[in-house]
Amino acid sequence: MSPLPSPSHSKPHSQKEASNEEGADFRHFWIRKVVDRFFQILSILAAIVVISPLLLVFVFLLSSGGSSLTWDFLTQLPKPVGETGGGMANAIVGSCILVAIATVIATPVGVLGGVCVCEYGDARLRAAIRFTADVLNGVPSIIWGIVVYSWVVLRMKTFSGLAGGLALSFIMIPLILRTTEDVIRLVPSAYREAGLALGLRRSQVILHIILATARRGVLTGVLLAAARVAGETAPLLFTAFGNRVWAAHLQEPMAALPLQIFTYAISPYPDWHRQAWAGALVLLGLVFFMSIVVRTLTRDRSR
Amino acid sequence: MSESASDPKRTVSSSAEGADPQRRSSAFQIEDLHVWFGNRAALHGISLNIPVHQVTGIIGPSGCGKSTFLRALNRMHEFIPGARVQGRIRLFGEDIYEASGDPILLRRRVGMVFQKSNPFPTMSIQENVLIGLRLAGTRNRDLLEERLEEALRMAALWSEVKDRLHAPGIELSGGQQQRLCIARALAVRPEVLLMDEPCSALDPIATAQIESLIRDLGQRYSIVLATHNLQEAGRTADCTAFFLEGRLIEFGSTKKLFTNPSQKQTEDYLTGRFT
Repeated sequence: MSPLPSPSHSKPHSQKEASNEEGADFRHFWIRKVVDRFFQILSILAAIVVISPLLLVFVFLLSSGGSSLTWDFLTQLPKPVGETGGGMANAIVGSCILVAIATVIATPVGVLGGVCVCEYGDARLRAAIRFTADVLNGVPSIIWGIVVYSWVVLRMKTFSGLAGGLALSFIMIPLILRTTEDVIRLVPSAYREAGLALGLRRSQVILHIILATARRGVLTGVLLAAARVAGETAPLLFTAFGNRVWAAHLQEPMAALPLQIFTYAISPYPDWHRQAWAGALVLLGLVFFMSIVVRTLTRDRSR
Repeated sequence: MSESASDPKRTVSSSAEGADPQRRSSAFQIEDLHVWFGNRAALHGISLNIPVHQVTGIIGPSGCGKSTFLRALNRMHEFIPGARVQGRIRLFGEDIYEASGDPILLRRRVGMVFQKSNPFPTMSIQENVLIGLRLAGTRNRDLLEERLEEALRMAALWSEVKDRLHAPGIELSGGQQQRLCIARALAVRPEVLLMDEPCSALDPIATAQIESLIRDLGQRYSIVLATHNLQEAGRTADCTAFFLEGRLIEFGSTKKLFTNPSQKQTEDYLTGRFT
């Protein structure tokens, strides 16, 4: 690969000057080439660093918990200390119920909040809501646990699945609000205007046209938020609390995968440690599954 | 111009055979219309009568206020922060900016077609046409079907889509999409149709189709057609208004305005001696 002289150098002003210039050009060419390659390698390395934790975690979890991930683990209740075997069926179902409660509470609030930011209110109110949502996104999740503990648990005088779901919903609301806002902004205003010009009411335009157009994005936001809170432990510590048997109803302490993993991991029993690994594997699998669903949805959208 | 004392009603339209467009009965009577966006005035006192059952062309260079004028006629400025409308606009004698008037009801009487076709992407052809009626509360199946065919026939789209009414509206070609948007606007049976450069994004064949459609619709509807395409106004409009920098320069029958304009600026614009 010899450097091609640029056209401006092909007509030398003098012989000496031309050769000097060409020499400098040649050196620069190689330096640039090396720097260029260096940056390429650096960015590839960075990409590997980004991807590798996921693979490492997955492999690690498989090797540590894979052997304990049996049918019994998925379908049995925990066994008392000392007995081997048993599973986390109640925690898996509990986690699903808690996330479902949180989604049911957070979706309408978050979506309507996002609609409000985009479609209603004056600029100051909108900015205030957006800022609030951003601050809420940054609130450490254990704060929500404490808040719900003092508001709900103390008043109901019992830990409960309801309180756990509520604590998770507080984390979901600002996430859903911001994604809803983002996808609504992507809906071209031409549709909004077309709807209004037809004599539709504003609420009808929002419901039947704007949200209908953005529905995949909204759903994606809801699922991503659900996946995010599925792994939350801190807000459940003193709300859902955990339970070694099935919760009969929502006003009872409820088991959740992250809680169960936490309890088992800090226990002194090797069998529980193995089960904690298996639980972590199931939790990661659930979150992974939700991400794949989100992926499929967004791919359909771009088609 | 302001024959407000006689308060013309629609019944006057039968006597609308006079040669001068200003004398015929009017769909819109506009008096001293000003529109501001923030501190910038976009329209400086437009007074104009839009004749009934005719195509009125609005021509002028980009930024002369054609769209602004159209949007004042169906109160679409109300959603733009900082927009202010002053003056009086009457639709068949009723002041449309009266405090008691509901813009929703007005927009059902004054349909609008936009520059870029915008069928709702989540809806089928049928749903697109019927959404206005459906959300206005029409539940009667027979009536909806009847209106669907009526609107699509009027928009000259029926024969092309009658076998695939449930296909998504955005699968149609550009010209078909624009005709679908016209059908959508017609389905609620408006009295006036505002068209904001409806052909500017279309190829010549689709443009010719839409233009002939506009001429046909002009027999039954009062149409206001904004266009920067002089030929289009010449081909389709019965009378034409020339706007320049937010002012109405000249208004008259299209033939007169194009062949023998009374204003120097109009002549300059029509002959291209104008930037």
